[in-house]
Amino acid sequence: MEALFATVTGFLAASGLYLALRGRTFPVVVGLTLLSYAVNLFLFSTGGLTTNGAAVIKEGVSYYADPLPQALVLTAIVIGFAMTAFSVILAMRVRGDLGSDQVNDQRGEESKEDKS
Amino acid sequence: MSLPLIVLLPLLGSLIPLLSNNQHRTLSAWSTALLPAIALGIVIAHAPGVISGEVYHFSISWVPQLGLDLAFRIDGLSLLFLLLILGIGLLIILYARYYLSPDDSMPRFYAYLMLFMTSMIGIVMADNLLLLWVFWELTSLSSFLLIGYWYQQSEARRGARMALVVTGMGGLAMLAGFLLIGHIVGTYDMQTVLDSRDLIQADPRYLPALLLVLLGAFTKSAQFPFHFWLPHAMAAPTPVSAFLHSATMVKAGVFLLARMHPALAGSQLWLYIVTLTGLVTMIYAAYFALLKYDLKGVLAFSTVSHLGLITMLFGLDSKLAVAAGLFHIINHALFKASLFMSAGIIDHETGTRDIRKLSGLRHSMPVTAVAAGLAAASMAGVPLLNGFISKEMMLTEALGTGILGGLAWLIPVLATIGSVLSVAYSLRYVRNIFFGPEAKELPKTPHEAPFLMRLPMLVLVGLCVIIGLMPALIVTGLLDAAAQATILSPRPELHLSIWHGFNLPLLMSAIALAGGAGLYAVRRNLFNFQRQFPQRNALMTFEHNVRRLLHWTQRAIDRLENGSLQRYMLWLIIAVLFLTGSGLLDLDQLQGPRQLQALDGLLMVGAAITILAGLGTAILHRRRLVSLMMLSVVGLMVSLAFARFSAPDLALTQLAVEVVTVILLMLALFFLPQRTPKESSGPRVVRDVLVAAGFGGVVASLNYALLTRPLDTISGFFLENSVSGGGGHNVVNVILVDFRGFDTLGEITVLCIAAIGIYKLLNRLRLFMPSSDSEGRPWSNDLHPMLLATVSQTLLPLALLVSVYIFLRGHNEPGGGFIAGLVTAVALILLYIARGVDWSQQRLSFQYQPIAVTGVAIAALTGLGSWAFGHNFLTSAFGHFSIPYIGELELATAMLFDLGVYLTVVGATLMILANLGKLTTRHRPSKDNEKETV
Repeated sequence: MEALFATVTGFLAASGLYLALRGRTFPVVVGLTLLSYAVNLFLFSTGGLTTNGAAVIKEGVSYYADPLPQALVLTAIVIGFAMTAFSVILAMRVRGDLGSDQVNDQRGEESKEDKS
Repeated sequence: MSLPLIVLLPLLGSLIPLLSNNQHRTLSAWSTALLPAIALGIVIAHAPGVISGEVYHFSISWVPQLGLDLAFRIDGLSLLFLLLILGIGLLIILYARYYLSPDDSMPRFYAYLMLFMTSMIGIVMADNLLLLWVFWELTSLSSFLLIGYWYQQSEARRGARMALVVTGMGGLAMLAGFLLIGHIVGTYDMQTVLDSRDLIQADPRYLPALLLVLLGAFTKSAQFPFHFWLPHAMAAPTPVSAFLHSATMVKAGVFLLARMHPALAGSQLWLYIVTLTGLVTMIYAAYFALLKYDLKGVLAFSTVSHLGLITMLFGLDSKLAVAAGLFHIINHALFKASLFMSAGIIDHETGTRDIRKLSGLRHSMPVTAVAAGLAAASMAGVPLLNGFISKEMMLTEALGTGILGGLAWLIPVLATIGSVLSVAYSLRYVRNIFFGPEAKELPKTPHEAPFLMRLPMLVLVGLCVIIGLMPALIVTGLLDAAAQATILSPRPELHLSIWHGFNLPLLMSAIALAGGAGLYAVRRNLFNFQRQFPQRNALMTFEHNVRRLLHWTQRAIDRLENGSLQRYMLWLIIAVLFLTGSGLLDLDQLQGPRQLQALDGLLMVGAAITILAGLGTAILHRRRLVSLMMLSVVGLMVSLAFARFSAPDLALTQLAVEVVTVILLMLALFFLPQRTPKESSGPRVVRDVLVAAGFGGVVASLNYALLTRPLDTISGFFLENSVSGGGGHNVVNVILVDFRGFDTLGEITVLCIAAIGIYKLLNRLRLFMPSSDSEGRPWSNDLHPMLLATVSQTLLPLALLVSVYIFLRGHNEPGGGFIAGLVTAVALILLYIARGVDWSQQRLSFQYQPIAVTGVAIAALTGLGSWAFGHNFLTSAFGHFSIPYIGELELATAMLFDLGVYLTVVGATLMILANLGKLTTRHRPSKDNEKETV
C-alpha cells in the first residue's frame, strides 16, 4: 500500500511539474494546482496511512489517525485555493493588460526559443 | 537615570520644529533650542563627577539575542564631545535662524539638524559596540539629509549622495570589524571590549578587525584617500558645514580612534597605518587648501588637513600625543566653526564666496574681520591663541616619536611642512578677503550681519582666546578626564601652558610662521605650477564610476534574470532535485523497517484512476477544458483518499475546495484562450519530461522511504489534551482553533489578503469574451436553466442549514469553520450560477470584503480577549451548555475564533468568485475593439 501511495504522489508531482514548466499561464496554474495535490498527499502521509482510525476522541478507543498532519493539510488546502485563485486571476490581468498569456518576458532568450 | 535623556531630548527636539511653520522663525529657533539646552544642562551636571574620574553607565536590554543593549555611558571622552556637540549645536541653531532665507524651510532644517545631533550624541555616549554602529549609520543618513538640504541643486544632491556612499560603506566595514571584535571578546559591551586589549591583539582576527574599523574611521574623518567626499559636502548650507565639519560628523572618525584606542592601539600596525595616513592627509589637504578659490573650499581642505593632524597624533605611541590630539579636537572645533560662520556671513552679506572677488572687507565688516582674523590665527598656530598650544604639543610629539627608525627625522620635518602650509592658507584667507582695496562689483553691498548672527561666532572666538591665554585653567580637568578615558592607564602629566621656554618645537613653530608668510608671498608661482596638472573633479570621477558599476551590475542581472519563468522554474527544480536527491543517496536502502500494509483492489483501482487522471491533465493540457476536467478527477480522488485514510475533515475540505477551484478555473478559462498553441520544441519537451520524471521519482522515493520508517510523532500530546485542554473531541479542529490557533489566524489573514488582492486585480479589468466555444459553437441561449434555478433555490436553505450544523459540531465531530465556510460559499455560488449575477446581487445586496475582514478581526479579537483574563494570546476557555432540542453543547471561545474563520472563508471565496463572475455581465466588447482574436 505504501508503495502504491508513493507512486501516486510521484506521478501527480511529475505531471504537475511538467505543466508548471509550460510557456502559457493556464497550464502553469493547473500544474501548480496538481503539484499542490501531490504535496498535500505527501504531507498528509507523514502521519502514516491509517485505515479505520478514529478521527474523533471517544472513550475506550485507542487507535487514532495522526491529527497533526491533518490540521496542517487542511489549512494548506484552503491556502492552496487562495494561491490558485490569485495566480489565475493574475494571469487574466496580464492577458487583459499585455494581451498575452505567455509566462516569459518577451526579451528573454527562452521565449525566442519557444516561439521558434 | 538621566543619561538616556541626553539622547532622547534632542530626538524629541527633532519633532518640535515640525510643529511650527516658516513664519515664526525666531520662535521656531528658540523652541528648537530648548530641549538640547536642557540636555546640555544634564551633561554639565555630570561634569564634576566625570572630571573627578567617575564613569556613569546606563543600560537596558534591547535585542539580547544579538548582544545589542541600549547602553549609554559618560566618561571623559564622551563629556568632551558632548560639550562640543551640544554647545556648538546650540550656537548653530541661533546662527541658522539668520542664515537661512525666508524661502528655506526652517522646520525641515531644524528637524534634520536635531536628528543629526541625536545620532552624534548617540555615538559618543554608546556603551555598546553595536549601538555605536547604529548611531554611526544614523549620522550618515541624517548628514545625507542635511547636505542635500537644498535638494533643488544638483550639486547638493550629488554631494549628499557621495557622502552617504563613502561614509555608509565605511560604516558597513566598521560593523564587520565590530562583529569580529565581538567574536573575539565574546560581548559587545564597551567596557569589556576596552579592557580586552591583550586578548584582541593576540587574536589572528585582529588584523582584519583593525583594518575594517579603521576604514570606518577614515571614511568618516575624510582621511586620504577617502577625503574626496568632504569638499563636495560643502554644497550644504553653511550652518550645516559649520556643524558637521567642525564639531561633529568628521570628528566621529577621530572619536572612534580615541574610543577604540585602549583596545586596538599600541601595535606596530596601528602605529604605522594611523600615523602615516594622518600625516599624508595633513600635508596633501593643506596644499590643496592653499589653492582653492572658494572660501568654503579652503575651509573644507583645511578641515581634512587638521583631521589628518589629529589622526596622526592618535597614531603615535605616546600618551601625551593622545592628549594633544584630544586638545586639538577642542581647538579645531572652536576655530573651524567660527571660520565657517564667518564664511557664511561673508557669503550672506556680499553674495559671493569667491576669494578672487572679495577684498577689503575690513572696512564694511570690522567685527567679522577681527573675529575671523583671530580664528584664522588660531588655525595657523599663532601664539597666545589655543591653536598654538596644541600645535606646539603636536610638534613636540612628532619630534619624540621613534617611528620609521632611521628616518624618524622625516616625521617632524613633514609636520613642520604641514604647519607652513597651514599658516599660508590661513594668511591667505584673512589677507585676501579683509585687506587690500575695497572690492567693487560684489553682488550685494557688504555690511555687518545682524548682531545675533555674529554672536555665535564671537562666542567661539572668545573661547579660542581665553583657552589660548589660560589653557591650564580652562581645559586641564576636561582634557585629563578625556585622556584617561582614552588611555585608561594612569593619566599622563599634562602641562598646558603658553611658554615652555626656548626649545626645538618653538623653533619649528617660528619656522612655520615665517615659512608660511614666505609661501603666501610667492603663492602666484604655486598657482602657476599647479596649472600644469590636469584638473580633476572628484565628483565627476565618482559619478562616472557609479554609473559604470550600475552598467555592469545591470548586465549581470540581465544575464541571470532574463524574464523567463520557465528558466527560473527549471533552475529551482534542478536545485531541489540535487538537494533532496543527495539526501536519498545517503540512505542505506529505500525501504525502511516498518511493516507494510496490505493492498486491496479498491485502492488499486483508485490509484490507477488518480495516476491516469494526473497524466491526462498533463498530456491533454493543450485542450484546456479537458485538462481541467481531468484535474477535477484528481481532486475528487484525493478527497476520497483522505476519506479512506481516516481523515474525514480533510475529505470534506478537499471536496468543497475542489468545487470552488473548478468553478473558478472554468470562469477564468472563459476569458482565456481555450487551447494552448503548440510551441515547445521537441528537445524542450524531452528535457521537461525528463526533469518532471526525475522530480516525480525523487518525490515518490522520498515518500516511500518516509512511509516505511518508524513514525515518531508529537500528536500524542494533542490527543491527550484535546478534551481536557481544548474542550473538543475533534482533535484536528482543536489543533486549528486552539493549539495552533495563531497559525490559523495567519492563514485566514493570508486568505483575506489574497482575496483583496484579487478584488483589486479584477478592478477595471477589460477582457475579450468569446461568443462561442473553441469548437465554434455558440453559447446556449438558455442562460439560466430552469431546472438548475429551481433546484438551487430549494437547496440553498438546506445547504445553509448543513453548514451551520457542520460549524456547530465542528469542535467535536468532523467539521468546523473552514468546511462550513466552504459549504456556505458553494451554496451561494450555485445560486449565482443558476440565477445570474444580477438576480443574485439584488437579493444578496451586501459586500463580501467587510465579511472577510470582520472574520479576521473576530478571530484576532478573540485571541486578544484572553489577555483581558490574564492569559496568553489565543488561550481558549470552554463550558458545557444545555440547549433545548439540540442537546448538550460545548461552547468554547474557540468557537468564536472558528466563527472568524468561517466568515473569512465565506467572504474571501465569494469575493473571488462573485467578482470574477461579475466580469461576464458587463457589456461585451465587440471583436473589432479588441486587438487580439482567439
